[in-house]
Amino acid sequence: MRYLPLTPAERAEMLRTIGAGHVDDLFIDVPPEARLPGPIAALPHHASELAVERHMTRLAADNLSAGAAPFFLGAGAYRHHIPASVDHLIQRGEFLTAYTPYQPEIAQGTLQVLFEFQTQVAQLFGTEIANASMYDGSTACWEAIAMAGRVTRRTRAVLSGGLHPHYVAVASTMARFTGDRLDTRLPDLVAEPDDAAVIGAIDGETSCVVVQYPDVLGRIPDLSAISAAAQAHGALLVAVVTEPVALGLIEAPGKLGADIVVGEGQSLGVGLQFGGPYLGLFGCREKFVRQMPGRLAGQTVDADGKRGFVLTLSTREQHIRREKATSNICTNSGLCALAFSIHMTLLGGEGLARLARINHHHARATAQALAQVPGVRVMNQAYVNEFAVILPRDAREVVRQLAEYGVLGGVSLGRLYPDAPGLQNALLVAATETTTDEDIHALATILGEILVDMHEGTPT
Amino acid sequence: MSAPNPTGWRPEMGGSGAAAAQPTASGDRGLMLEEPLIFELGRPGTCGVDMEETAGEPLPGLARFLRAEPPALPGLTEPETVRHYTRLSRQNYAIDLGPFPLGSCTMKHNPRLNEKIARLPGFADVHPLQPQQTVRGAIGVIAELAQWLVTLTGMHSVAMTPKAGAHGELCGLLCIRAALEARGDAREVILVPESAHGTNPATAAFAGYRVENIPATSDGRIDLAALQARLGVGGPQFCDVAAVMITNPNTCGLFERDMKRIADAVHAAGGFVYCDGANFNAIVGKVRPGDLGVDAMHINLHKTFSTPHGGGGPGSGPVVLSEALAPFAPLPFAQTGPDGTVRLIEEEDAPTDHPHTFGRMAAFHGQMGMFTRALTYILSHGADGLRQVAEDAVLNANYVLRSLDDVLHAPFGKAGPCMHEALFSDDDLPDGFTTLDIAKGLIDEGFHPMTVYFPLVAHGAMLVEPTETESKAGLDRFIASMRSLSARARRADPSLKTAPHLAPRRRLDETLAARKPVLTWRG
Repeated sequence: MRYLPLTPAERAEMLRTIGAGHVDDLFIDVPPEARLPGPIAALPHHASELAVERHMTRLAADNLSAGAAPFFLGAGAYRHHIPASVDHLIQRGEFLTAYTPYQPEIAQGTLQVLFEFQTQVAQLFGTEIANASMYDGSTACWEAIAMAGRVTRRTRAVLSGGLHPHYVAVASTMARFTGDRLDTRLPDLVAEPDDAAVIGAIDGETSCVVVQYPDVLGRIPDLSAISAAAQAHGALLVAVVTEPVALGLIEAPGKLGADIVVGEGQSLGVGLQFGGPYLGLFGCREKFVRQMPGRLAGQTVDADGKRGFVLTLSTREQHIRREKATSNICTNSGLCALAFSIHMTLLGGEGLARLARINHHHARATAQALAQVPGVRVMNQAYVNEFAVILPRDAREVVRQLAEYGVLGGVSLGRLYPDAPGLQNALLVAATETTTDEDIHALATILGEILVDMHEGTPT
Repeated sequence: MSAPNPTGWRPEMGGSGAAAAQPTASGDRGLMLEEPLIFELGRPGTCGVDMEETAGEPLPGLARFLRAEPPALPGLTEPETVRHYTRLSRQNYAIDLGPFPLGSCTMKHNPRLNEKIARLPGFADVHPLQPQQTVRGAIGVIAELAQWLVTLTGMHSVAMTPKAGAHGELCGLLCIRAALEARGDAREVILVPESAHGTNPATAAFAGYRVENIPATSDGRIDLAALQARLGVGGPQFCDVAAVMITNPNTCGLFERDMKRIADAVHAAGGFVYCDGANFNAIVGKVRPGDLGVDAMHINLHKTFSTPHGGGGPGSGPVVLSEALAPFAPLPFAQTGPDGTVRLIEEEDAPTDHPHTFGRMAAFHGQMGMFTRALTYILSHGADGLRQVAEDAVLNANYVLRSLDDVLHAPFGKAGPCMHEALFSDDDLPDGFTTLDIAKGLIDEGFHPMTVYFPLVAHGAMLVEPTETESKAGLDRFIASMRSLSARARRADPSLKTAPHLAPRRRLDETLAARKPVLTWRG
């Protein structure tokens, strides 16, 4: 077995040192009736690298990868080009095979990366501070709601209709068990988000109002107006960013009055990977730092006075506070945070702004092409790199048909909101720097053909 | 012909001597490298990514939302970027450099095949919301891994979505809570042993429960009689205990011998048994938790099945469930049909096929990138190799225990063998020397320290988990270093109190960091 260094002779020698006759003597605390007599018969035995690689490659080939098709999916996970050096660097063993930096003297690499990451996230979000990452955007969003409850000592959260339905679902799951009350709503298929509805729902018992920016349909809510309304009621504004590249073009939520900004960081440095692992981003005002969840790296000095970094404010955390901790989170998403940070370092602020403009440019070209398709209407007034189109029929079926033609044409709202009949004809379309003119042409052409065929009732 | 590798050294030059203490102009010292922050290195406007030129103006509707100026973040070119992160990497210790016996964290070798497989475009470049007809292979990976996890644990089903161990704990407790609510049985208490990971009580509190401690016996295990007494208060119909959370093998590195009787007692009282599976690596292929009465257990794929720890995540924590809890599992749910095939149930099919689900815990489908790595690891080892993994992990830990128990106090060492980790305390260290000194001394010896001051049940705990991927030669080196450190403490060597001396940094001022937090670069 290629991963197990002990030889049979060494095993025997070690057992002698221990004073055991057989390895099973080391398992004597297991009740005899629970001990398995040998390898589980229903399962195969070990396999060579070659054999395993063959098996896994076959499974991988059973997927249509995004790079092999015209591709327009978004809805919280985006396909961006990842510079080759990102993946090279995160595979250095010193990063890949290290752990949480419990011993800072021999973990300054990871700790300095986390400190740099925190600074980058804070700059991107326009917040004073940021943590060392969370599991993903959806769990970071719930943690923000929980934190707002601790800060305001209130339990009612208002969620905008533009918040990603998976994020709403995660919050709804958690709220049932914590006793928080969530005021939720569905999005309307109109050109601009209904900020007035959100503002109207804020009252004196509201802990926070949660607004996605850009929202799940790609529209851009007026955070300043919502922030003012929240502030007037003593509530916090939680802004949720599922596409950080958009912040290269539109103003940082923290600059518009958001008290807590959370998001999904996958777009920078982390591949699609069928949904995970991703990384949650979490920034907020400095005065809330002791209510913040997750790991924090902080600057200090060592015994020689040299600058160094440590994990800090751990008295908030489960390994010290146990049941009184601000969160049960133990790990962060370290390696994904490293990938995010390297990609951000390569881009710099101006590179991010350029990348966002290219994304926007491609999205505009896509929208213009789709607007020419008979029966298709582009819904949004404004967007960065993702928008909704309204089709003359159920978009789920259209998406399946497009896939039959080898086009990954977007995310149907029916997939995200199976229980909302009024949303079934909408399709979310995202374009990034990876989108080509040929992709756009293929989508518009084949969509047009499919709609004609479906209209005529011809099975395709 | 000249020498193939002339070093210029001649015997009369002697050793390095006083020159080693001389400061250098650069601040670097040979291969000991100092590295500034990117904000000190980078220049505004620099970009390490070449992009197409765009002519078009933003959409008019976007004008009022545009940001005033780009984020104030400097950029670096590719050579500068590669150098920055490579230099930083050299300040990290890692499994690839040597033993990393961090108890309870299971720092074993990360096979590189797993990395290669996870990067196949068919896995790495697939969107979670693609039509299911285009991701049959991804669903196949989930199904195949689910089948292995269910079979290895002897459980009924598995919830694949939890993102880490603590997230898995939450998943298990929410299943339990949903099951209790479904039978109209509101219970308020979760029992947790004192030796538990901090995540256990934190999770129980997060799920809305009150936490009570279970006492331990002097041999480091749960006090069954005390537990039975606590469960018996008021008779089963009045029992307020929703569940017990037990780590088995426990955090002292010991197998909970009474697990089945504990489970029977909890079940008789109408409660559930949650097992923290952080230490499943010690028993995989040897024992099935399902045979011990467990109702729910998370499996840290990054521990038992060796997905990389990555400097603190990402993890992955699928939760295996008993038949009683399976109906409440979160979405998406890998459901095993009567014919043994597995399919993924999402929101659309849930009302008919998985109606009692407690809901969703995270966006999308869980840590797919970890599933491909874990499945690759599992297929490489097979049923026989996984059993050998457990045996070698336990053998290595017992070898360390018996090779050190004459120089370090092993609180439960006399009672019998340990499982995959050996627990020592500071009881035998001379006055003035602590566990921390041993740990920092190990850094100078070229090892990562063991877990220290956990579990709380041992004074000055040192929890050593060598794992099965450590060779005997590697263990012998570690043992020799530990014996040397113990001897230095006994002779009150003052230099041990200020170790490490040879690391990129000496002891850091954590009090300063917490008193005046500096969490971002301020220029």
